[in-house]
Amino acid sequence: MEAFVFWLLAAIIIGSALAVVLFNNIVHSALMMMVTFIGIAAIYITLNADFVGLVQILVYVGAVSIIIIFGIMLTQRGNMRESNPFNGQKFGAAILGLGLFVLFGSAILKTNWSISQIPVQESYVEAMPEIILVDLLLPFQLSGLLLLVAMVGAIVLARGVKKPS
Amino acid sequence: MIGLDHYMILSALLFCIGLYGALAKSNVIAILIGVELMLNSVNINLIAFTKFLTPAEPIGHIFALFVIIVAAAEVAVGLALVIMISRDRMTSNALELNWLKW
Repeated sequence: MEAFVFWLLAAIIIGSALAVVLFNNIVHSALMMMVTFIGIAAIYITLNADFVGLVQILVYVGAVSIIIIFGIMLTQRGNMRESNPFNGQKFGAAILGLGLFVLFGSAILKTNWSISQIPVQESYVEAMPEIILVDLLLPFQLSGLLLLVAMVGAIVLARGVKKPS
Repeated sequence: MIGLDHYMILSALLFCIGLYGALAKSNVIAILIGVELMLNSVNINLIAFTKFLTPAEPIGHIFALFVIIVAAAEVAVGLALVIMISRDRMTSNALELNWLKW
């Protein structure tokens, strides 16, 4: 059962990621990207990371995809059909990607991972607040500051600065 | 039985697909989508490490959460830049954004 779910999710993720890269219409690419993100959230939940899986659905499927679709709407002009063309590096990039995958795969299979024998907890949600709000309080606050700065910066960039008259 | 290797191969494959998308596409938003796929593949690795290597405490989950935060900030600023450039230059093709070339 576990193996069947994994292979099904892996097929969905890889198939939709290939569709993201190969489709010619960028709106279809963005919609297939949402499918990829949902598949990755399901992979997190099968790995007992239900909190991160829900954050993935909220942030990626709910926010990032919508921002990207808004960006497409505001930047594309004219016909959408050929809106996602390849550039001249198509074959070089394919060779680089395949070579890197072979390198990663051989490194992963050769490494002797020290698999832990401790049983996996059913859910890590109870352990999260202790770590985030006590041990990692400063990075947590700094990430909030980063989000604020990014939000203000994005608004300033998208509105443009008015020239003093 | 599905082990750590399976998850890591899946994430390596997803990373290479995202890299291919980021390198081979000429639309700026398609390049951003490729970068998002690469960030997600790294998160799969971190979550799988927590399950198989350090199941006592969820350090990998925390790493993945911070990666998600930084990725959200990155895509917001990146799309603001893309919208500004397309308003200024009437294009979103990365090959035409070459006015630093002298």
